Amino acid sequence: MIKWVDVYKSFGDKKVLDGFTLDVHEGEAVVIIGYSGAGKSVAIKHVVGLLEPDRGTIEVDDKDVPTLPRKELYELRAHIGYVFQFAALFDSMTIGDNVAMGLRKRPEMSESDIQQRVSEALELVDLPDVQQRYPAELSGGMRKRVGIARAVALRPKYILYDEPTTGLDPVTSAVIDELMIRMREKLGVTSVVITHDMRSAYRVGSRIAMLYEGRVRQVGTVDQIQQSKDPIVRQIIEGRATLEDGETASPAATASAAAVTPARGGRA
Amino acid sequence: MGVIEATGRWVRFRIEEAGRAGRFLEEAARALAAGRTWFPNATLQMRRLGVDSLPIGLLIAIFTGIVLALLASYSFTGAVPLYFVGTLVEKTITLELAPVLTGLALAGRVGANIAAELGTMRVTEQVDALETLAYDPDAYLVVPRVIAGTIMFPLIVGVAMIVGLGAGWLASLGFLQLSSDEFLKGARLFFSAFDIEYGLVKSASFGLAVTLIGCYKGLRARGGAEGVGNAATAAVVYSAVMILVLDAFWAMTWLHGRS
Repeated sequence: MIKWVDVYKSFGDKKVLDGFTLDVHEGEAVVIIGYSGAGKSVAIKHVVGLLEPDRGTIEVDDKDVPTLPRKELYELRAHIGYVFQFAALFDSMTIGDNVAMGLRKRPEMSESDIQQRVSEALELVDLPDVQQRYPAELSGGMRKRVGIARAVALRPKYILYDEPTTGLDPVTSAVIDELMIRMREKLGVTSVVITHDMRSAYRVGSRIAMLYEGRVRQVGTVDQIQQSKDPIVRQIIEGRATLEDGETASPAATASAAAVTPARGGRA
Repeated sequence: MGVIEATGRWVRFRIEEAGRAGRFLEEAARALAAGRTWFPNATLQMRRLGVDSLPIGLLIAIFTGIVLALLASYSFTGAVPLYFVGTLVEKTITLELAPVLTGLALAGRVGANIAAELGTMRVTEQVDALETLAYDPDAYLVVPRVIAGTIMFPLIVGVAMIVGLGAGWLASLGFLQLSSDEFLKGARLFFSAFDIEYGLVKSASFGLAVTLIGCYKGLRARGGAEGVGNAATAAVVYSAVMILVLDAFWAMTWLHGRS
């Protein structure tokens, strides 16, 4: 289980998370929606200790992530796959080495085991023949799928997806949605998905949480969110430029908090 | 009030920067213990940062040796025996010019290379990706480069010393009509093994500084291509300054007072 409890995080004068609280239960796929720069990526970076909160706790399997000693944090990370918005593949390595990277930290795995796992992961994302190619030789959609394969290869308990379908054509987006659904249904992986794509959110999510002004505005099942009467939630799910009364919501949310990256991985 | 505020902000920024640099050094030192992570990369970095830098080091050494021989001959103007050309070439090459000129050239090549590479990895979230895959970026990225720089700088400088001396010798034969015996007599006259030891230790400290600065600036890069460019520029400038500072430091603490 992943739990954010009353998490506060600011970058300089800019408050990004302001009492963010959310639970993600085993086997669930919770989709976090919200304006660009609302702090969605910041929230999930706390789960793997890439950022430390100013206040509050983040628990994964009852372990308080910000206070974990370095060794235990690395052990925890081995059970969490993270799919980055722009894939974040290592551009000096082949695709095969990219996917094998996390596995090579596991001394119990032989090189043949690693190669087999890499092949399985790439087949799962329908990219069986790209092992010897470099990230620059792949399209954006293929890179994202490799990013997912790299996370999946670890056979993690949790996967955090940071805008996995942003910038992709509808067909590739649907392929990635299917993949996320497969991960959950076949492998029982618990997922947190950040997306702006409501169609994807409805397909993938077992629950949807709306992040607004640093905290959860509403959380519920897909049906509950679709039936929401909250004007802010409706604006996001309907993709309107203004609220129902014609006002613009949250000018503060338009500033890009997601662009802020930690100084040194945020770890002491 | 504005001036006081601005001064306060500047001082605070400098103190914070010093704190961050201190923490970076501490984490890099701690990561030394993770030998299984950094060792395979260290050999690769030795080739990339060291062996691939050899041509520029040798080029500098050749021209420096030639210029030194001619400069010495010009300066002596008959008042000093010409075989002292060998003395001057040996002393200046080993004690000063091979380490410092090579160090400055490598500050550009190696420092900028490291800062640009790690800066790009930082702004494209590759460093974050490493962390999520349970790699310690200090052990995986910083330590191999620092070890490679600290080992390879003295090796390049050692070769540059030999080549520079050889170039000075050939220039003396070709341009100054000095015989080999005379050049070598001059070179041996005040030769001390300490000269080489001093030059090599100094260049190891340059390698340490250049790679640490490159890694620090690269990992602190922000904001895309411009941020990476700024990191590379800062790495070169700070490395060059640090080389000159260390040069003076070694001269004052180790060279000064020796007879």
